[in-house]
Amino acid sequence: MNPNQIELSFSSRAENLSAARMVIASVGSQADLMLNDIEDLKVGVSEAVTNAIVHGYQNDPDGVVALMIQSDEDKIQIIVRDQGCGIADIELAMQPSFSSDPERMGLGFVFMKSFMDELTVDSQLNEGTTVTLVKYLQHPPSSH
Amino acid sequence: MNISKQFDRQTLLLRISGELDMQTSETLRQTIDSEIERRGIRQVMLNLKDVSFIDSSGLGVILGRYKKLTALGGALVITNAQPHVLKIMELSGLAKIIRFYTDETLAFEEGRGAS
Ligand SMILES: Nc1ncnc2c1ncn2[C@@H]1O[C@H](COP(=O)(O)OP(=O)(O)O)[C@@H](O)[C@H]1O
Ligand SMILES: [Mg+2]
Repeated sequence: MNPNQIELSFSSRAENLSAARMVIASVGSQADLMLNDIEDLKVGVSEAVTNAIVHGYQNDPDGVVALMIQSDEDKIQIIVRDQGCGIADIELAMQPSFSSDPERMGLGFVFMKSFMDELTVDSQLNEGTTVTLVKYLQHPPSSH
Repeated sequence: MNISKQFDRQTLLLRISGELDMQTSETLRQTIDSEIERRGIRQVMLNLKDVSFIDSSGLGVILGRYKKLTALGGALVITNAQPHVLKIMELSGLAKIIRFYTDETLAFEEGRGAS
């Protein structure tokens, strides 16, 4: 069976954050995740989408953010993609407390890493950034 | 997100409900900043009992207000945070900086030196 897929694209506006979280919460609850794990997914999506809006598009509301979710019985994979400014130095950007904005905490990638099982960042300057997050689903031991 | 405001002598008590992300925490920032400037508020208590979600943008706004208030000789404390909100605050290191109380009464008592 192919994985179930949801693809959503939306304007780079902060008001769309709650819609993005709602979609991932719904996928998480369909997968029978515990409430804690659903909270983790929401944090991951919120951080990645926030970054696309504030950093990728520098708060320009006319950018497009794509959220792609694939789920099968083993995992939920989330891809957040923007076609914004890109990241010059990914390693530096991912360091705890690093932020290019002095008002921000520099903890978005830290949270994505801690609350998800995998985090991958691909970025090209002036082309955009793709963040992939994976959460593995734990199943009760099978009975056969 | 909703904020209800109450004044108890020198303390501004804000009871917040809903989700604290980049969009909604901006309202919180403006609310606290304008009370600091217009009313000279220096003591802020944030009751997070009905906050169901927070991310690093929300934490950033709270930390920013904490820093502003302490620089002015004031304080900001948090009460009633839900377990998963507390967990993210601990992970961020915020829980080591800002004082947390299980409820408003305890926070008020300690604030008045009655602990
Ligand atoms: N989608 C993106 N496009 C461009 N730059 C990004 C993107 N995501 C993250 N960054 C860069 O990585 C840094 C760290 O991100 P993060 O850990 O979320 O912290 P914060 O958002 O608080 O700055 C950002 O300050 C920014 O410079
Ligand atoms: Mg961020």
